[in-house]
Amino acid sequence: MRWIWIDKFVEFNSAQSAVAVKNVTLAEEHLHDHFPGFPVMPECLIIEGMAQTAGILVGEAKKFEEKVILAKIKKAVFHDYVRPGDSLRLSAKIESITDEAASTTGTITCGDKLIAEIDLMFSHIDQNLAGKQFPKENFVFTDTFKSLLQGSVFKTGKG
Amino acid sequence: MAMTISREQVLEQVRTVMVDALGVDDNEVKPEATLMGDLGAESIDFLDIVFRLEKTFGIKIPREELFPAETLMNNPEFVSNGKLTEKGLNELKAKMPHTDISEFAKNPDIGKLPDLFTVGMIVNFVESRLKAA
Repeated sequence: MRWIWIDKFVEFNSAQSAVAVKNVTLAEEHLHDHFPGFPVMPECLIIEGMAQTAGILVGEAKKFEEKVILAKIKKAVFHDYVRPGDSLRLSAKIESITDEAASTTGTITCGDKLIAEIDLMFSHIDQNLAGKQFPKENFVFTDTFKSLLQGSVFKTGKG
Repeated sequence: MAMTISREQVLEQVRTVMVDALGVDDNEVKPEATLMGDLGAESIDFLDIVFRLEKTFGIKIPREELFPAETLMNNPEFVSNGKLTEKGLNELKAKMPHTDISEFAKNPDIGKLPDLFTVGMIVNFVESRLKAA
């Protein structure tokens, strides 16, 4: 199992930008403990949501052939809480991309409200770390992850 | 149009890049500060720095040109017993014309290679690029 922190993509411009949405719900059990009587989405998970949005954008830019790993959180500024019932809009943009790595910027909004600004760096790990060997299969872009793209942005066979 | 920009201005902008990329204070970013030893840079930070320099100065920087150490150290022809060979030193000199490696060459221990990567070296590199543009 893998925790997925975005629900679907609503915009996808290959190798440029993408927008995903995340609907926060009290059915997510961790919100009951974070915090009792005051449920808010943990900021680390908000970052993970952006990492998934931007990471898939970066992965698609190289046709999912690279293993894309979150390597650095360049900036993470939070302006407001995220509560159950909120619909988040996660917008990510590729600033730079090379064979070895990519740098992205992103904002998260809820309606007109700015929730967070999150800038990240991703490493294409097969191209880094002095030729260290990793498993052959792409453990980053598994089927679950790719399913996020089906039907929403990339048309499936059924169209 | 060729950009005319003084060394002081280049240093100022490189300082901003370092402060943003490494989360250090401006006064720590002195020309003699080493990126890894003094400023705590890790490998991914080098790529971050390259991306930021490209944006700031509007130049293209292949990573191995600014930071050739990695490719050098992975080649057995260039490294032997933890030291750069004659061939390795020549390669380093060729790859880093903007840096004086004479002091390092006296005892070319690869453990000391990171000390060559200083703020001043980045400023030299950017200056040489801006002149060539």
